[in-house]
Amino acid sequence: MTAAPQVTRHRNRGETLNLAADVLVIGGGPSGAWAAIAATEAGARVILVDKGYLGTSGATAPSNTGTWFVPPGDARRAAIDRRLALTHGLADPRWAHRTLDTAWEKLHTLADWGYPFPDDETGKPYLANLRGPDYMHFMRRRVRRAGVKILDHHPALELLSVGDAVAGAAGVDRQRNRPWRIGAGAVVMATGGCAFGERILGATGLTGDGYLMAAEAGAVMSGMELSAQYAFTPQPSALNKGLPFRWASFSREDGTPIDTAGKDRHVEIAKALQEGPVFARYDKASSELRTWLRQGQPNCFLPLDRMGIDPFSERWPVTLRCEGTVRGVGGIKLAGNDCSTGVAGLYAAGDAASRERLTGAITGGGGPNASWAIASGSWAGRAAAAFAAQIAGRVDDRAVASLGGVGLRTDTAAEGSDDAAEFVAAVRAEMLPLERNFFRRGETLRQSLTRLDAVWGELRRRSPGGSIAALKLREAAAMTATGRWAYASALARTESRGMHRRLDVSSADPALVCSFEAAGLAQVRVTRGEIRPEVPAR
Amino acid sequence: MIEILSSGRCIACDICVKACPANVFDPMPNAPPAIARQADCQTCFLCEIYCPTDALYVAPNAEGPSVIVEAEVEAAGLFGSYARALGWRRGKPGGADKDPTFRLRAASR
Repeated sequence: MTAAPQVTRHRNRGETLNLAADVLVIGGGPSGAWAAIAATEAGARVILVDKGYLGTSGATAPSNTGTWFVPPGDARRAAIDRRLALTHGLADPRWAHRTLDTAWEKLHTLADWGYPFPDDETGKPYLANLRGPDYMHFMRRRVRRAGVKILDHHPALELLSVGDAVAGAAGVDRQRNRPWRIGAGAVVMATGGCAFGERILGATGLTGDGYLMAAEAGAVMSGMELSAQYAFTPQPSALNKGLPFRWASFSREDGTPIDTAGKDRHVEIAKALQEGPVFARYDKASSELRTWLRQGQPNCFLPLDRMGIDPFSERWPVTLRCEGTVRGVGGIKLAGNDCSTGVAGLYAAGDAASRERLTGAITGGGGPNASWAIASGSWAGRAAAAFAAQIAGRVDDRAVASLGGVGLRTDTAAEGSDDAAEFVAAVRAEMLPLERNFFRRGETLRQSLTRLDAVWGELRRRSPGGSIAALKLREAAAMTATGRWAYASALARTESRGMHRRLDVSSADPALVCSFEAAGLAQVRVTRGEIRPEVPAR
Repeated sequence: MIEILSSGRCIACDICVKACPANVFDPMPNAPPAIARQADCQTCFLCEIYCPTDALYVAPNAEGPSVIVEAEVEAAGLFGSYARALGWRRGKPGGADKDPTFRLRAASR
């Protein structure tokens, strides 16, 4: 493989931009950035395409995120034990160890590179927190310095294959309305999770595109029933950030306090929201904490400040917004430690991958997911580079097939409007309501699944007029597919476990300490996956 | 959602066109960009901090458009208020080294 980070460029297919690389990374959030860097470090020529802009895309850039960062040794073993006890039996301590190990190393690398970590009270750099805008601005510079070619606003629409192996992707430069096609020895899917069109930070790009593309290549999803994470959000903003709510009290419209002491606050507030408006106030924060909250979480105060509300003394309406698989758990099933997917040449990282083995049946938000993005991105990038090395030099002249179906190609005559907004509205109606997704029942799951299947059927009959319309249809299709996998898996898991709350089967079934895998697009099939290793209860 | 692009403050550098993850803006010849796809805005406020002249204002309502005019934003001193709170200046990062969030994480345990 040539170490020089050169990319070949052809413009011989009409308007299409044709490029080739050893490794193509799809997605420019943290996992994509770390994957791109790891692949170049392994000697690969790398292109990174992002639907938006590497630096602002994804759920991390608009946020301030903790990392799961624990020193090796007894402290780490204890942290893993504490965490495992919360994961309802679905996590695997080996993956926690691996993630912590790699995140520990890479966060120190980030410090060595000069990322401006703050000093803690002992004067030592505090590496367990990353301020999103600064972190991703910094990562963009590191990715560029590594020699990666970054193509912003170049959403991928479909994967390409050679035989059984993934061999690149095709998409559209949405600002120039120009198709692109990139041949690659291996592809890292780092497209993030799916927020089902909810108004949360990062959701505009997080439509599950990578799940759809990977499924078309034969990949399987895992843990999709764990897609019912919701976040407290000041209404009507998009600020789904939980940290300040640590110091919140909640009340009903008439001022009656909502008692959440000793209970699952999300559940109590979800119940109250089904009965009427709920209000919050950060009145449990001391004056010292209020100063730190404002300094440390300025984005959380922007909406309230701009609405003219003092969030510490006044009550303001709060809601729960669905975070889908972003701070849920499900995603592309990983086949190996290297983030391979079982499809040759295809790797998955970050929220595009299932995080079940790390986080079990609870959210990985607030630390584990950030460390997972760093670790899984690094593993996937390195493994993709090694895979691509086997076919180095032959990337350009392979005959590739296009794998995209729905929204791109149709076998029936096009009919009806190709306005994707109506399909997105239909998905939102099934996936966002508390009474359908947060609280589940077999009956409502079946109803929603039937309707989502119908949406899928409609989408299959649409063929778009152009590449931009195709992007919107593909996003709608990816959200629909993700919803179908989520609810089909939720029906199969006939119990309640972690964020999967079934009102009709409210307890956990000891026989279901296993994953559920969802596959297929025309027909969704759900099967039981691996049984988790026994975890000592502490 | 994005509501205001101040043509008085804007220098037509088109950084927002590039930096917006939702592709909300369109570049215009010899003029400030247009807010072309407001409904796609995810209300993340990041365009504000990438703008080198604090010419953008994002209203807190993520569910639909708001009624607000530039003079109100100017009078309330809201242009660039998120950037100032973070410590970003002229579209460039700053202030992460002063982030006291570690104190919050310690206090929340």
